Amino acid sequence: MNTLHPDQFEAVRRALVRERRRIRRQRLGRNAGLQAGAALFLFFVLMALIGPLLVDHDPGEMKVTARLQPPSAEHWLGTDEFGRDLLARIVYGARVSIGTGLTVALVSSLAGMVIGLYASYYKTLDHVLMRICDGLYAIPGILLAIALMAALGASVTNVITALSVVYTPGIARIVRSAALSVRSQTYIEALQVQGAGATRIIWRHIAPNTLSPLLVQATFVFAEAIISEAALSFLGVGIPAPDPSWGNILQAGKLVIFKAWWMVVFPGAAIVLTVLGLNLLGDGLRDHLDPRLSSGNRR
Amino acid sequence: MAAYLAKRLLSLIPVLFVVSVAIFLIIHITPGDPAASILGMEASEEDIARLNAELGLDRPIAEQYVRWVAGLLRGDLGDSLFMRMPVSRAIAEHIGPTLSLAVLAELFALVLAIPFGVLAAWKRGSLADYTLMGASLVGMAVPSFLLGLLLMLAFGVKLGWLPVAGYKPLSAGLAEHVKYLILPALSLGSIQAALIARMTRASVLEILNLPFIRTARSKGLGEASVVGKHALRNALLPILTVIGQTFGTLVTGAVVVESIFNIPGLGQLILNSIERRDYAVIQGVVLVVTLMYVAINLIVDLLYGAVDPRVRLDRR
Repeated sequence: MNTLHPDQFEAVRRALVRERRRIRRQRLGRNAGLQAGAALFLFFVLMALIGPLLVDHDPGEMKVTARLQPPSAEHWLGTDEFGRDLLARIVYGARVSIGTGLTVALVSSLAGMVIGLYASYYKTLDHVLMRICDGLYAIPGILLAIALMAALGASVTNVITALSVVYTPGIARIVRSAALSVRSQTYIEALQVQGAGATRIIWRHIAPNTLSPLLVQATFVFAEAIISEAALSFLGVGIPAPDPSWGNILQAGKLVIFKAWWMVVFPGAAIVLTVLGLNLLGDGLRDHLDPRLSSGNRR
Repeated sequence: MAAYLAKRLLSLIPVLFVVSVAIFLIIHITPGDPAASILGMEASEEDIARLNAELGLDRPIAEQYVRWVAGLLRGDLGDSLFMRMPVSRAIAEHIGPTLSLAVLAELFALVLAIPFGVLAAWKRGSLADYTLMGASLVGMAVPSFLLGLLLMLAFGVKLGWLPVAGYKPLSAGLAEHVKYLILPALSLGSIQAALIARMTRASVLEILNLPFIRTARSKGLGEASVVGKHALRNALLPILTVIGQTFGTLVTGAVVVESIFNIPGLGQLILNSIERRDYAVIQGVVLVVTLMYVAINLIVDLLYGAVDPRVRLDRR
């Protein structure tokens, strides 16, 4: 029997890890959708982060003499019904819209993860939690959000709360089903026999295995949350004026659609491109993290 | 089949219970006193107390819930404070336009999506395939209310081909009715079309790879017959599921699209009720739409079970 010296073993292990990383990088390089999506999304994130430093105008600065101006050298994307610079409003709106989407994705991922993990571990809890999730899931998302906003009142925090309530059950389901397939593995049983505590098993041994599907789903929730925020604000129950969000710029644009096409087209383009970027990113991530799932099977 | 039906119906009970509790609680999460917020700033203490009593809000919360559910079981959704009529009547008056819009959008999505989906699968990897799938990817990223605005801008404002907004009931004639619904239905149906096209493509592709398709081809059948008859027919089941599941989404989506085109449907009803703080109507609309959504999904599941016996044996 030739056994490996621990140092040799370590060297082989490192080589294997390196090889796996190389293959993964190669696959990442070939994933054009992922790259395009990431680039598109990154553009809007940068716009939200550093855009406000680059635009000349203040998003709240009103100029009565310059109301509803078409795009020009002074106002690249034109002005709105109060004479405010549309580019500045879209750039500041990116902070609100992307920030809201990101927060919703984070909050619902965290809540969904806790619910999904504990549901997968405790049978009784599973029944209770999953029935609650099924029930909330049965109420059409945007309607639930509208009703919650009607009760809570329009504000950024309430939009985040309402949308997190809407998206948590879906994430909980996905985390739970990923966790359940790990739960039945022998090594979990072995850990239990060794006397490992539930908290340790759940968070150290089950949770890491649910991260890939969670990440993919969180990306889609991020995209959907941006659309939902825009829809709520557009309907007048989301983020209230005067703070700009892409949705409430569109709401104002609807009223002047006969006179100012730019008020609809530019914020609309910002929403579509950001969401497209996130969707491509999500599809790409899924193919990358789990090549067995091909595109087209979403939902 | 009967056992399957019973099982599906039983599994609905906890769902409906949670749905009812959630919708019931919506009015109770309102910060402060609902009656006070309904009446506004100038209301006197007595007025608030009287309204609270009228709404039954002075009772213990469990009792309120039981009363509310008992009413629901009799078909009583409560009364609209603002419109001074039963909520069920308000909903009955507004549901027509919403359903019309949803059905038309579904039709539009099907007519567009299935032929294109089949084409994309048949000519897999061709320019047509990439163009169609690219278009569907963009289609899924355009929210219906935005597409509505853009279509309104293009066809209503710039070209002037179609009415910009408004609604004509079916009694005004089918042509008039449809004319006013074309733009809203296009905006509502586009995401469905994108989804169904992708589903059709994936589903047909899967079938086209099976041996019996090779057999069909090798015995000399024409491509039209192979793709149109052999492949599409077998691929139809998953497509039908998507259609069923997304019809519920269409009804909800209609609620948003209506507000752009000024269509007097459930969407307008719920948005007006938010301004009026008419909580009974808000609860009623959410409940009715959710029940429709649940019912449609149930029907799809049952149909699926009827068509494909394996589904019935599936542990759920």
